[in-house]
Amino acid sequence: MAITRGFTGRRRQAERDPRLPPGQYDVGSSWPVLTAEPTARIDAERWTLTIDGLVASPTTWTLKDLKALGTDVYRGDIHCVTTWSKLDTSFTGISLDTLLDVAQPLPEARFVVEESTTRYRTNLPLDDVTGGKAWIVWEHEGKPLSREHGGPVRMIVPHLYFWKSAKWISKVTLLDHDEPGFWELNGYHHRGDPWTEQRFDGD
Amino acid sequence: MATDAQRAAIWRDARVVDVRHHGDIAVILRLEVPDRVVHRPGQHYVLRLRAEDGYTASRSYSTVSAPSDDLVELYVEKVPDGEVSGFLSEVVEPGDQLECRGPIGRWFAWDGRTPALGIGGGSGVAPLVSMLRHAREVGRPELLSLAVSAWTDEHLPYREELEAAGALIARSRQKGGSRLDAAVIGAIADPGATAFVCGSARFTLAMESYLQAAGQPDASIRVERFGPTGGTEDDG
Repeated sequence: MAITRGFTGRRRQAERDPRLPPGQYDVGSSWPVLTAEPTARIDAERWTLTIDGLVASPTTWTLKDLKALGTDVYRGDIHCVTTWSKLDTSFTGISLDTLLDVAQPLPEARFVVEESTTRYRTNLPLDDVTGGKAWIVWEHEGKPLSREHGGPVRMIVPHLYFWKSAKWISKVTLLDHDEPGFWELNGYHHRGDPWTEQRFDGD
Repeated sequence: MATDAQRAAIWRDARVVDVRHHGDIAVILRLEVPDRVVHRPGQHYVLRLRAEDGYTASRSYSTVSAPSDDLVELYVEKVPDGEVSGFLSEVVEPGDQLECRGPIGRWFAWDGRTPALGIGGGSGVAPLVSMLRHAREVGRPELLSLAVSAWTDEHLPYREELEAAGALIARSRQKGGSRLDAAVIGAIADPGATAFVCGSARFTLAMESYLQAAGQPDASIRVERFGPTGGTEDDG
């Protein structure tokens, strides 16, 4: 590809923060909001999360149930496909591993679909949400997660682009096949690894 | 045979044909894109700048041009201290090559055949102008209603074009100005139309709640947001 005439780039490659995947920039303390549908209004008292599909014990939890299971903190970086990254940020919630231990995935389960109260859906290989890679969270930097960022409760899968982290999560369904979600049907990549720039269909 | 979506994902070297400035607020680029995939109004392009050492920076910009336009027009708002928008507005001139890919996004995209309500704040009017141009060209201007908001006349992109089309225009920080408030949005909400809302996080959050309060079904509201929470691009 051609060099852009006159472009040197603000941050030289050598000085680039090694935590930034290719093509990403650091938003610093801000946190952009990107949502394709109206912002959901959910009563935390009435919110529930269900894990179903190919599991031995389909289970539904209230927020109180989840908090009773313990608390995990993710501290690290998040990356949006629109090229911003937010470095060294923290979320408090519960590891999805803990919930899957309860629901007991069947051997044939290989994929998951996250679903929000807004009907937003996103798909992932099961391997991408197990082994300390995904959390159900209700706090950001120690404060309740705001509505526009997916509060009261969202899922995060921070090693992938953030559209894989469904806001207002209500259901995680295990499947034996891959089922494209909202952005995946709308031109975006099926997996979304920021380190190999899997942004769009065909990347 | 590659599908349009696969072809759209390919990076191409576009040639800059025209560079115009919208005051010191934005730059309008018109690009000749080789082997172009025709967009739907509302879709966006990604521009990627490449330094000699391989460093790249890319950003997404809504398409302003109509699908039938030979060129792709992009409205690039100058972000304070913006690495990409600063370069595009200060350095780029006609004849330059810019890497691009697109059109992208099949959600915030109007089919041009069904009723649509476009609500935009600040630079969020860009994709609505593409809808407007398309509606005009296909001879169906009645399908599209527009309500737009900016701080002042000077801040409103494509003001003359929007005025000529009869768009409802609010100037939130102009003397004697007005806002797109619950009453205004309530009056234009149309459950039979798809609402396309584009602007800052704060603007879109306000507009979608006004639409919801007016009975616009959630499933008919499509939102394109940019900027951080509480952004000041426009506040209605």
